[in-house]
Amino acid sequence: MFGIVVLFLAVSLLFYCLFGGADFGAGILEGFAGKRYRSKGRKLTYTAIGPIWEANHMWLILVVVILFMAFPKVYTVVSIHLHIPITIMLIGIVLRGCFFTFRHYDAVKDKSQRYYSWIFVLSSIISSLFLGIIAGAATLGRIDTSTTSFYEGFIYPWFNEFSFAVGIFACCIFSFLAAVYLIGETQEEELRKYLLNQALKANIVTVVAGGLVFLAAKINGFHLIDLLLSHLFSALCLLLATISLPILWIALRKRQVILPRILAGFQVLMILTAWLWLQYPAVINLQNGPDLTLFNTVAPQATIQVLGWALIVGSMLILPALYYLLRSFKFNTSAE
Amino acid sequence: MEDLLSARLQMAISLGFHIIFACIGMVMPFLMAFSHWKWLQTNKDEYLHLTKTWSKGVAIFFATGAVSGTVLSFELGLLWPGFMEHAGPIFGMPFSWEGTAFFIEAIALGLFLYGWNKINKWVHWATGVVVGISGVASGIFVVAANAWMNSPSGFDWVNGQAINIDPVAAMFNDAWFSQALHMTLAAFVSTSFAVAGIHAFLLLKHPGHSLHQRAMKIALTFGAITALLQPLSGDISAKDVAVRQPAKLAAMEALFKTSKPADLVIGGLPNVEQQRVDYAIHLPRFLSFLAHGDFNAEVKGLDSIPRDEWPPVVVVHVAFQIMVAAGMAMALIGLVFLFFAWKKKHLLFHKTFLTIVALATPLGFIAVEAGWTVTEVGRQPWILYGIMRTSDAVSPMSGLMYPMITFTILYLILAFLVTWLMARQIKVLHETYKPELQEA
Repeated sequence: MFGIVVLFLAVSLLFYCLFGGADFGAGILEGFAGKRYRSKGRKLTYTAIGPIWEANHMWLILVVVILFMAFPKVYTVVSIHLHIPITIMLIGIVLRGCFFTFRHYDAVKDKSQRYYSWIFVLSSIISSLFLGIIAGAATLGRIDTSTTSFYEGFIYPWFNEFSFAVGIFACCIFSFLAAVYLIGETQEEELRKYLLNQALKANIVTVVAGGLVFLAAKINGFHLIDLLLSHLFSALCLLLATISLPILWIALRKRQVILPRILAGFQVLMILTAWLWLQYPAVINLQNGPDLTLFNTVAPQATIQVLGWALIVGSMLILPALYYLLRSFKFNTSAE
Repeated sequence: MEDLLSARLQMAISLGFHIIFACIGMVMPFLMAFSHWKWLQTNKDEYLHLTKTWSKGVAIFFATGAVSGTVLSFELGLLWPGFMEHAGPIFGMPFSWEGTAFFIEAIALGLFLYGWNKINKWVHWATGVVVGISGVASGIFVVAANAWMNSPSGFDWVNGQAINIDPVAAMFNDAWFSQALHMTLAAFVSTSFAVAGIHAFLLLKHPGHSLHQRAMKIALTFGAITALLQPLSGDISAKDVAVRQPAKLAAMEALFKTSKPADLVIGGLPNVEQQRVDYAIHLPRFLSFLAHGDFNAEVKGLDSIPRDEWPPVVVVHVAFQIMVAAGMAMALIGLVFLFFAWKKKHLLFHKTFLTIVALATPLGFIAVEAGWTVTEVGRQPWILYGIMRTSDAVSPMSGLMYPMITFTILYLILAFLVTWLMARQIKVLHETYKPELQEA
């Protein structure tokens, strides 16, 4: 059952990055959209993510519930020492969800639309940035559970180049995901061309941001390259992610819809796998004492047992429903 | 401000905000499904308009509820890590089921809101019902987790560590049923009365508007039935609390001395220093009856509880009086409504009755907030009743006042915006939809 719980944790995290991430990315892209495409892009974003964003968002809640039930020490240490970035991320998530909905459901379409859009874009950036910062801080190993200093305990673990670089990388790759995803949603040639251009730009900045992560790791004295060399599987994943890029672009040029999406998803999967494998079995690297791993923080057997069953039964209920939702709105766009 | 107080305030504000959206998310789908079903049956345009109007409101409330609920799942750890480290593995099970239920709710809502003309009309109707059922289920799971904090079970507490964990026993703790029943009914009463009240208010402004008439009738039917059932559920809760948490019951009733028999104290302001209640009405022996079903039973007072384990008596007593008074008022309105609907249909939309219903708009939510205050503040100073104190669970981070202020401002802004958006919905509805013209 332990394996199943860990699998669900990893899959929930992956799905949140893929689907929730693409939703955030759509918001970021909107911020960078030229005037001509703003309203068209907005409509497309709405039809593409309107029906599903709340469901996408549930993957994060699953991650949280699995963490506090199965790995309570991980959940509490992160909550204590990353209180500030988590709070900022939450404010971003709240504002993003609310203003996305307010914008669409406001019965009067007047000047207020501009404010909704503005906050929607800004909170999409903040949520993605701080999601990345939290991941970076968990990896970097500056969390010190014994310190009494406010700075060392609650600021130093996440306020550093590496965590911010991971945050920026998250923003870039989410935008890339969203652009690739949205290309398949439009039938309009002009909009398609524009989105292709957006995807290309997002792709370039993602690669640059990836380089930035390595640079920042070096600045913060975190031996990321050495780690990769000693974890060849992770290195292989990153390599595969890179190799799949040209294939994705060829597929996009050939006007394929499904293959580019699968490849973009594959890239996120590979990057996430590379990261998790570098970390495994640690979840949180600590500055003082042994790291928090899946094994030394795991809840008692009885808990893992009921959680595992809840996840299995739950997913048997959720997945068909989710499939029906996606089929109703995603795969029949041509029928309209 | 003290960190513990800040953390408690932030939790109270977050829950107090979320609970309104959660109730609406649980109940509105049923009101919508009812109107939707009426439309499918009768093909009357008003029902379609009503369903769509309500669904726009639901979309706004649901989104706000979903994200504020996410905040809560993090806040448990951000504010109470000392509690969550031990509690997570024990009471996590209802949360994992709540996750499933809420996931299905979100999927079904997506299908319902965007499914007009896209999916089979009866499947579409059914997705609305699924939203409601999974909403109620997720509410029950969350309340079961809260009930465990009032009635810890499913583990042994040895030297500050939980051993022999049994998550199933923890979920089905002694308090889960009475709390879940009371909360589910409360959600129905509060949402139905709020909806009925708004439509009654609009009927005063637009007399004879048939959409509002139908809306008010649907909402008040749900509200009246649940408001009349709620006192029975309250009785189950009171008898349960009397046995499990005598300190909470004593604070609710401001019963300072163990008495046999005990009087029911109605209203008044407890004076904790002098251990008496000023300006109150006393009903002899009634507390003995309500707590134990026997006019001569002994009821434990606060004197049987160590002084440092007393909940804040004034807050709990006053909140309890407010809850009961609001509940009784709604039960009375519900009774009058049912009588009118049965015998005196012409009085249903009489100006006086409409005014009363309109004035009752906030009553249900006032009762919900007051009741939640009773159960949460009444548990203090414990976060896990009898086992862990709230002060031992709070985050070691200093300056908790700042996140508390931030979230307070955020929620105030959102509350204002949601209200404003509703007003705009109603305005546009009246501009674009004129039932009189359609019937002509």
